This record gives sequence, C-alpha cells and structure tokens, in this order.
Amino acid sequence: MADLSININGLALKNPVLTASGTFGYGTEFQDFIDLERLGGFIVKGTTLKHREGNPYPRMAETPSGMLNAVGLQNKGVDYFIEHIYPTIKDIKSNILVNVSGSTVSDYVATAEKINELENIPGIELNISCPNVKEGGMAFGTSCASASEVVNEVRKVYKKHLMVKLSPNVTSIQEIALAAEGSGADSVSLINTLMGMAINTKTRKPVLSTITGGLSGPCVKPVALRMVWQVAKVVKIPVVGLGGICSATDAIEFLLAGASAVQIGTANFIDPMVTVKVIDGINDYLDQNGFTCVRDIIGLI
Amino acid sequence: MKKIIDFTVKENKRLNDDTILLVLYSSELPEIKPGQFVNVRVDHSPSTFLRRPISVHDVDVENGLLYLFIKIVGCGTSTLGEIEPGQKLNIILPLGNNFTIPSSGRPLLIGGGCGVAPMLHLSREMKARGLSPVVLIGTRTDKDILRKEEFEKYASVYYTTEDGSFGEKGYVTQHSILNESFDHIFCCGPEVMMRAVAGYANSKNIECEVSLENTMACGIGACLCCVTDTKEGHKCVCTEGPIFNIKDLKWQI
Ligand SMILES: Cc1cc2nc3c(=O)[nH]c(=O)nc-3n(C[C@H](O)[C@H](O)[C@H](O)COP(=O)(O)OP(=O)(O)OC[C@H]3O[C@@H](n4cnc5c(N)ncnc54)[C@H](O)[C@@H]3O)c2cc1C
Ligand SMILES: Cc1cc2nc3c(=O)[nH]c(=O)nc-3n(C[C@H](O)[C@H](O)[C@H](O)COP(=O)(O)O)c2cc1C
Ligand code: FES
Repeated sequence: MADLSININGLALKNPVLTASGTFGYGTEFQDFIDLERLGGFIVKGTTLKHREGNPYPRMAETPSGMLNAVGLQNKGVDYFIEHIYPTIKDIKSNILVNVSGSTVSDYVATAEKINELENIPGIELNISCPNVKEGGMAFGTSCASASEVVNEVRKVYKKHLMVKLSPNVTSIQEIALAAEGSGADSVSLINTLMGMAINTKTRKPVLSTITGGLSGPCVKPVALRMVWQVAKVVKIPVVGLGGICSATDAIEFLLAGASAVQIGTANFIDPMVTVKVIDGINDYLDQNGFTCVRDIIGLI
Repeated sequence: MKKIIDFTVKENKRLNDDTILLVLYSSELPEIKPGQFVNVRVDHSPSTFLRRPISVHDVDVENGLLYLFIKIVGCGTSTLGEIEPGQKLNIILPLGNNFTIPSSGRPLLIGGGCGVAPMLHLSREMKARGLSPVVLIGTRTDKDILRKEEFEKYASVYYTTEDGSFGEKGYVTQHSILNESFDHIFCCGPEVMMRAVAGYANSKNIECEVSLENTMACGIGACLCCVTDTKEGHKCVCTEGPIFNIKDLKWQI
C-alpha cells in the first residue's frame, strides 16, 4: 500500500484523484455507486452569482471517443448553493471545491466572496475557460491581461485555495498559466474543453443549439497531456491535470508529465465507479514499480 | 438505489428486420417501476462512446429477468443486435421517474413505433392493480406490430398502421377508440406523435403523461445535457423525467 497523499500548495488530498466540474453534479448523484470519501476531492458544478438556465436543448453531441457539450453553466446561483446544497454535502469527508464562473469580474469576485465564508469548502476552482457562455467565461482565459485581472481581483477576497482552470483554446497556454501564477493562483488546472462542432447531415443543421460546444473525453487526452507537460515546466505552483482520463494508466501519464493531481470528468458517465478504480490502479502501479509514495512519480519524465 | 449490474444475455430475439427483444438475467435485479429506463454500456462498438438509454419493456421479478425492446437505428443498437446468449451486458438501473398509475378510472396507453416499449410493463402493472387498460399501438405497417400476444394478456389492444395493413389505417390520433371516454392517457413514441396525442388529451381535458427520449450523456442527473423546457425552467429528462405531465411542458398544443 503506497502513500497516495499529496499536498498541493496547502490543499491536503488523501490521494491525487479529484472529479471534474460539470461531470459529477454535486457528488451525491454518485453516492449509490462509490464512497465519496475515498476521493481526493470533488469539484462541484459551475456556480455563478445568479441563477442560469443554460443553453437550449440539444446540448450534447456524441463523437468518436468523446462528446461535445454546450450546457452553458446551468445552475441555481451561489445563494441557492449555499442555502440548499452546501448543507447536504458539507459533512462528506473529502475536499469539496466549488467551480466559480462569471461573466464579469465583479460577478466572479462576489461569488468567490460568498464561497469564502463556507467552512467546509477548502478551495475554489476559478473557471476562466468555459467555451459555452456568450459573454465572459472563456473570454477571461484567452488573454493574459484579462486572466490576470480576474485572478487578481478574486485573490483579494478569496483566502483559501485558489485553483485557476485554464482553457486549451489559446495560442500559448504557458503564458496564461504564468499570468495566473503571477496574479496569486495557488494552483492551475487544465484543460477545460476544446471548442468543436458537429453537423447533422440529414437535417443539414448543427447538432448543438449553440452551433459550437466543448469537446471532452478520451479524444482530447493527448492534447491535454501535452499542455500539462508544457505548463508544469514553466510554473512553480502545482498543476492539476485533466482531459480524457479514463483509467489509472491515463492518470499516471498525467502525473509523470508533471501534474500533482488529476481530475476525472466525462469518464464518470460511462463508468460511475471509474474514480475509485483509478485510485486503486495508481496504488497498484506504485506497488508494482517499487515506489512508496505517489509524490515520487510526479514529473518523472 | 441505483445499481451497476453485469446482466447475462439469455435471449436475443429478432422481432422483425430492425427490432430485437433482449432477455437479460441477474440475481440482483432491483425493483423497477413502469416508465423507468436503464443505461446500457455497448462494448465492441468503437463509435459508441456513451451508454444507450433504453426503457424497461418488462420485468419478471421472480426469475430475475429484464426485457428490453430495441429498435436498431445506428451503431450502438446494431451492436446490441449482434449480442449472443451467455454474453454480459453492463447496465445502470433503475433510472428516472415513473408513470403515475391511477387508483381508478379507464387508462389509455398509446405507443408509437419503439415507443410501445414501456407500455407492456405499464399495462401488466395496471392489470395487477385491478385496472382495465386499453392499449393503442401505431406503426407504419403490419410488420412493425410486435409483441401482440403479450400486450393482449394485460389489455384490450387496438392498432393503427399508416398503410392500413393491420388495424385501422392512419395515425393513432385518428383511431375510432378515441371516441370512447378515458380518464388518463400515457404515451410514448416519436415526438410529433406525442404532441398530437397531447393535443387530443388537452382538448378533452384528460390527464396525460408522455415519455421523452432526449439524448443523454450520464443518465443520472450529473451533466445536465438532457434537459427539456418546462414551465418551471429546464428539467433533467433522466432524473425528473423521462415521464412528464403534458401540463408541465411548454409544448404548443
Ligand atoms: C429515456 C429513453 C428511453 C429509450 N427507450 C428506448 C427503447 O425502449 N427502445 C429503443 O429502441 N430506443 C429507446 N430509446 C432511444 C435509444 O436510446 C436510441 O435509439 C439509441 O441511443 C440509438 O443509439 P445508436 O448508437 O444505435 O444510434 P446513433 O448512431 O446514436 O443514432 C442513430 C440515429 O438516431 C438518432 N438518435 C439517437 N438517439 C436518439 C434519441 N434519444 N432521440 C432522437 N434521436 C436519436 C441520431 O440522431 C441518429 O440520427 C430511448 C431513449 C431514451 C432517452
Ligand atoms: C457536460 C459537461 C459539463 C461541464 N461543465 C463544466 C463547468 O461547469 N465548469 C468547468 O470548469 N468545466 C466544465 N466542464 C469541463 C470539464 O470539467 C473538463 O474540464 C473537461 O470535460 C475535460 O475533462 P474530461 O475529458 O475528463 O471530461 C464540463 C464538461 C462536460 C462534459
Ligand atoms: S443525461 Fe446527464 S443529466 Fe441527464
């Protein structure tokens, strides 16, 4: 039994496996299948200051080895989260992070400020990379200036772990990562979904109501892995890797590339028990290869 | 409680050119209510990435059997069409809400195409509770009239075919049985058909529930991909449906 624990800049995880925002609901959706307390942590749905209905149906298109989504941050708003959802999950002994999204800097700040008051939420994941909302979202994550501004402002009010989630839809993800680091991020997570689209040739119309959407699943893994490796080389803060992870082998690749922890997203839809299988698989790998702790393989390549 | 179970395929029966009946066995078969669905993992089909949602056609609780009635439309369902007895099928179940079985009155169950799937379980359950369900099945031609004897065990069954090869000619909404009076309507089929039925139910002031088939990714309420627009905003078809009262939907009927 290897030591799987890892501390990412103050955030202590019992193992490096988290779940990705928007793919794991509020955790409770998975309670029938796994013991949530086995997870290193889970990141709940994208939360905004005000209630959002999200984009019209259809919001999903299956692709070979992946899917496109255009959910558009449907959620009931941060106040609803605090009043109705937080009380039902706060006693789960795992790290629950809230994915904070917004369309203006002041929205991000106001949302982060409210989450800061929640005792059992040790951190937020600042989503400056959602491709599915018209205003804001990804717009913040695609230029260094706007990424710096929003991270800076949130940093002023948010006192706990600040993870910043990066978009792959940029020319240099390293520059954006450095901008986030320079503005006070405690860690960066990457990647959010890649912009894509699908067309129905029978109707000769786009499949998604929004025409474009975000690609996720195993098809994005090589791109995600490359970006994690590039970012881990240039930043000093921990990197959390995600994009297409479906197995322990996939997760180990990210750790070897320099990620200190990983998130599992789309794979939860096909196998709701995938997270615990990945945790067990990482342990087996370490045992079989003579490593006593997971920290020993981070960035080994 | 939802479960992930490896079912054993007992039988894979071709009902016609493009429809199969899968009979699956598990010793852990959970309680399933009429209208609920299951999410099937399709192995050995490289282009089928997500699970496939399929209604529960029938259950045999005593013998641990689950029946799925599947129309072959693409790669995933074609692959299911090839599965052989003895093979395993990984399924998450039971999912979604269920039809509201009334305590009295005369129910009409309308199924179009593969929308007949959930109606067998529903009519069995209604008969068991002392109701006398009437089932109306609408298809294109007589070759698509399937599971006739099974339905006739639990209900008085009427038929329409678009080409008139069996039952009355036309669409379900044109069948003469609709001149009789009903207290509840339950409907599953192509959306155009369900909208027409909803229009009929609405005009007669009959309670009507429909079963929606929105495309899904997770099937358990985690991704919010499957939503339908309701009077209370977007609702998840996989958890708050697939059964909706037409009064709650925003259909123009
Ligand atoms: C709750 C629910 C219950 C269902 N119950 C049954 C059932 O009992 N029996 C049955 O045969 N089918 C049922 N379906 C539909 C079934 O899930 C789809 O036919 C199946 O996923 C198609 O998979 P495929 O890989 O064969 O086809 P694909 O290659 O995925 O698609 C083939 C074609 O069908 C269309 N299509 C696929 N899925 C849907 C959908 N959900 N709605 C509209 N068009 C679609 C695609 O756009 C494409 O044109 C149900 C769906 C839902 C959501
Ligand atoms: C249906 C769906 C909804 C998502 N919602 C969010 C979200 O609200 N906030 C966010 O930062 N990322 C969201 N994502 C992106 C994922 O968290 C993740 O970055 C991406 O899917 C890549 O990982 P994966 O391939 O393991 O799924 C969503 C992804 C999917 C598939
Ligand atoms: S399919 Fe994921 S929420 Fe319904």
